[in-house]
Amino acid sequence: MRLAAIAEALLTPHGIDRYLELVDPMLVRREIRGEVTAVEHQTPGTVTLTLKPSSAWRGFRAGQYVRVSVDIDGVRRTRCYSPAGSQHRDGRLELTIKAQGLVSQHLNRARPGWVLGLSQADGAFTLPEPRPEKLLLISGGSGITPLMSMLRTLADEGHRGEVVFLHYANTPDDVLYAHELARQAPNVRVVLACTHAAGGELSGFFSREHLAEAAPWYAGALTYLCGPAQLMDSVRAGYDSEQLSEQLITEEFASSELVIDESAAEGTVRFAHSGVEFPNSGRPLLEQAEEAGLRPEHGCRMGICFSCTKVKARGRVRNTKSGEVSGEENEEIQLCISVPAGDVEIDA
Amino acid sequence: MTGLQDRLTPEQIEEFGREMDAIRQRIVADLGQDDVDYIRNVIKTQRGLEVAGRALMFAGFVPPAWLAGVGALSLAKILDNMEIGHNVMHGQYDWTRIPELSSQKFEWDTMAPAENWRHSHNYIHHTFTNVLDKDRDIGYGILRIDPAQKWHPYYLGNPVYATVLAFIFQWGVMLHDLEFDRVVRGERKWSDPELKQMRERMARKAVKQVGKDYVLFPLLTGPLAPLTFLGNASANLTRNLWAFAIIFCGHFPSDVESFTEEETENETRGQWYLRQILGSANITGGPLFHILSGNLSHQIEHHLFPDIPARRYPQIAAEVRAVCEKYGLPYNTGPLHKQLWSVAKKIVKFALPPRPRQTDGKPDTLASDRVSAAA
Ligand code: FES
Repeated sequence: MRLAAIAEALLTPHGIDRYLELVDPMLVRREIRGEVTAVEHQTPGTVTLTLKPSSAWRGFRAGQYVRVSVDIDGVRRTRCYSPAGSQHRDGRLELTIKAQGLVSQHLNRARPGWVLGLSQADGAFTLPEPRPEKLLLISGGSGITPLMSMLRTLADEGHRGEVVFLHYANTPDDVLYAHELARQAPNVRVVLACTHAAGGELSGFFSREHLAEAAPWYAGALTYLCGPAQLMDSVRAGYDSEQLSEQLITEEFASSELVIDESAAEGTVRFAHSGVEFPNSGRPLLEQAEEAGLRPEHGCRMGICFSCTKVKARGRVRNTKSGEVSGEENEEIQLCISVPAGDVEIDA
Repeated sequence: MTGLQDRLTPEQIEEFGREMDAIRQRIVADLGQDDVDYIRNVIKTQRGLEVAGRALMFAGFVPPAWLAGVGALSLAKILDNMEIGHNVMHGQYDWTRIPELSSQKFEWDTMAPAENWRHSHNYIHHTFTNVLDKDRDIGYGILRIDPAQKWHPYYLGNPVYATVLAFIFQWGVMLHDLEFDRVVRGERKWSDPELKQMRERMARKAVKQVGKDYVLFPLLTGPLAPLTFLGNASANLTRNLWAFAIIFCGHFPSDVESFTEEETENETRGQWYLRQILGSANITGGPLFHILSGNLSHQIEHHLFPDIPARRYPQIAAEVRAVCEKYGLPYNTGPLHKQLWSVAKKIVKFALPPRPRQTDGKPDTLASDRVSAAA
């Protein structure tokens, strides 16, 4: 530890990681990187990557997600994925990624040896301790990954309780982890529902009948749900109508692409730290904040000095200089030349 | 009134502004992997030179090794400050969203803390380029460099101050942010909380910088400590002289103009561009020279587009120059020795009280034009 402190002092102002990464990107100490060690294509249009995280990685709990970053055309892009492996084997990280969207398509071309940026795991979509006696897990498509992680974690823990895993896929060929799902311990029942073909135990989209069929005791158990928006909505509606929403724990997995009207001044702007909130007037964020009585740091007011750079936690903004609309989480924006497109939250 | 506003007709200035915007748009649309690869390569080179320089100090008892060490370390510091630090902190790579290349997170190998400098340089200097009483880079608060700065016997020391500043430039840049001159004149309070924060940042940064160059690395080399100390000091000095030369040649050769606050009020985008051109000067040279100067040898292009990656300036220089010619605007450029000589003459000239009538025909700046016209 002493040695690291001396090294930091010697390598000021850039810090030790900026030197170590030139030798080998996996040597970094403060940041986390993951090296791709295996690549498998379980189904057409998906890729399963095994990553070896660097030393700063602190593991995860089943159901959590990590932020993965890659540089595409010189721009760092970040997206969240839920590891699919057991939390008890966190020396390795397994991600299954559907080729949809810029980052995922890029990762579908990954090769062993690629080094990706990683964050620590995050998210509250996790199993309680002690583990419940009865569990219902519902997933659709690539939303299977956090639930797969739960299944594998429970297996590693020797969990004896009753688990029903209800999974939706278009056709039997689209089922990820099919082989593994077919050989589960006797206390785990896997129910496949195919929405676009015959072949599963159930067919068609989610319904109450499916629930009654798969886990007749569902009203008295915790349910974990992750999948496409349509599935999430109908399960939520079902639980709501039976006043069971407290038993339903969900993870928004697939972020749906919003279509936005750039000219319309819609949505609410929120400055998280000061707690100030106001309706978007369509003016640059700096002006709007000032009208709301805030005094964000600024300089030129014309986008050249970067004094007004702040982190946008979520939401979309249009850069008036480049015209580009971007909606990445936790990205730095210049308040004086950024116009909100819908709800926006600023970390200030 | 003759002034900035009268250089071009309103229609011309608007058209001119549009042409500048078009150049900018074209480059911005073209940014990509090449730009990131380039800066990463420069960073790699810089880190390599730094490690080599530090390592060579362990063989400092052999004079050629010591000299090579000083050379490598000087180059590393120059690259760090000029082509990497200055440009990254201008936000030239913020579009990449790569944290190491973020203007907000970068810290450079010099005394001035990045945060202070971003305010005084990116904001004040680049917004109010060469506007008297606003742009504090005019004379750095210690020199008389413009006829509109009122003469005082203090300025007889101009050449001495400039020489001293060149030698301790990194300290000068740091203290510059404190606006010490304004404190002395009572325009700013020493106890002002903002100033206090700034001083604390400076102290922290200075301890780290001095610590590594003058304590830790010398100690590491054991009996060679004095040689290492001297070597590191020499590298810092080389960088200081180089940075001073490049920066002074960017703004203070003769024919570079300065402006009054009135003439820059309610500026349009086109007028702002115009002021950047009239207020900057380039230095000619080869590719390596441009890299070592952080492409501030293209000061004109840098002032027009401070947030475009500097490696693009040489690509657009000819075009910017052509637009200037089209509108009959000056494009101040010349080799380093010529620009340096011009700066030196100016420093000496303005040390002396103004002569009642300047009859050398050509005014140094628009402002002097107005001053002598009014006299
Ligand atoms: S205030 Fe200068 S970039 Fe926003």
